Amino acid sequence: MPTTCDWENSVLKRSIENLGNRTLQGVWRIGFAARFFVAVLLHSGTAFRRFGLTIREMYFTGVLSLIIILVSGLFVGMVLGLQGYETLQTYGAEEALGILVALSLVRELGPVVAALLFASRAGSAITAEIGLMKATEQLSAMEMMAVDPIARVVAPRFWAGVISMPLLAALFSAMGIFGGYLVGVQLIGVDEGAFWSQMKSAVDLERDILNGVIKSVVFGVAITTIALFEGYDAPPTAEGVSGATTRTVVTSSLAVLALDFVLTAFMFRGFN
Amino acid sequence: MNKTVLDLWVGLFVIAGVAALLFLALKVGSTSAVSAANSYEVIARFDNIGGLKPRAPIKSAGVVVGRVADIHFDNETFEAAVTLRLDNRYAFPKDTAAAIMTSGLLGEQYIGLEAGGDSLMLKDQDRIFITQSAVVLENLIGRFMYGQAQEGAPQ
Repeated sequence: MPTTCDWENSVLKRSIENLGNRTLQGVWRIGFAARFFVAVLLHSGTAFRRFGLTIREMYFTGVLSLIIILVSGLFVGMVLGLQGYETLQTYGAEEALGILVALSLVRELGPVVAALLFASRAGSAITAEIGLMKATEQLSAMEMMAVDPIARVVAPRFWAGVISMPLLAALFSAMGIFGGYLVGVQLIGVDEGAFWSQMKSAVDLERDILNGVIKSVVFGVAITTIALFEGYDAPPTAEGVSGATTRTVVTSSLAVLALDFVLTAFMFRGFN
Repeated sequence: MNKTVLDLWVGLFVIAGVAALLFLALKVGSTSAVSAANSYEVIARFDNIGGLKPRAPIKSAGVVVGRVADIHFDNETFEAAVTLRLDNRYAFPKDTAAAIMTSGLLGEQYIGLEAGGDSLMLKDQDRIFITQSAVVLENLIGRFMYGQAQEGAPQ
């Protein structure tokens, strides 16, 4: 029977092998990422004892992301104001514009869009930086000097990201509400008192604002972990670092959207 | 970059972020929870609560005086037992009436309190005896149609 010797180098066999290999690789990477995450948490002491390191990283992840966050927030809020007015006026409910703008920003758009921007602005930079440090053997040099690179390099970046993310999301939401106010009240002429008072009575401190902050903290943890891990795990070549940077943006954006669904399902089901 | 300049920028960033959070908390949102410390609870039983939800407002003369803390079904009397959490600042006579009302035609449902004339005031865990259930639209239509049929019936 010739079929047995054909099997050894058939396309089918190779593709099955390939599939198994990729699956194993994926499981191995998830395990490594989990171990990495625990190691970062365990080595966080340095990030707080030498807080200067964390402040330095907050400058790069937080302060330098400010421009894009503020400008995007303003425009998202202005678009919400225009689109919301278009729809609400057909029901004669223009005064509810404040509710629409504030709720959609505080609950969803603030945390999610700020996280997506943060992933592409700061996450990619973190991955490229750590990947390059690894490629130029700076991380191994630190180990030779008995300096733990996870404590010295990774943990401060992690905490800087986790602290910056909720602040950026809050700034995004505040800026968006201001944008909605500019378009709705100043440009279109919705009543200013109704805009603010209806917003205030509809937005709940715990249900809406606190949950939005919780969301942004979770996104901050997810994005910085993915970015740091991709950089730490990047093949030490130019190609490897560029691939890792791309993967950071893609994976963390998907993670943010998936986590957002899960968190929303938990937060907004029991109420009402 | 100079370390002090860098610290300054991060400080400004954190201040701006906290200010944004405060803006959201104070200007955009408001807390609807009446804290348990300065409130008291009274219980009212209704035959039908309609679409009343926990955390719905309790109003007297249109002013919010509390929130619905809990709603559950009493399997002995087959009524809905609603726990009303009222602000300590407001005291109501013992014979206060509670009714479930709707704000606007399609708005949310709330409990309206109408103060009675008793000289004794409601205390914690007291019961409101005079209650009025939610208006169920189907019942209303049913009654209307029944009335029409009665009118049109040949004598």
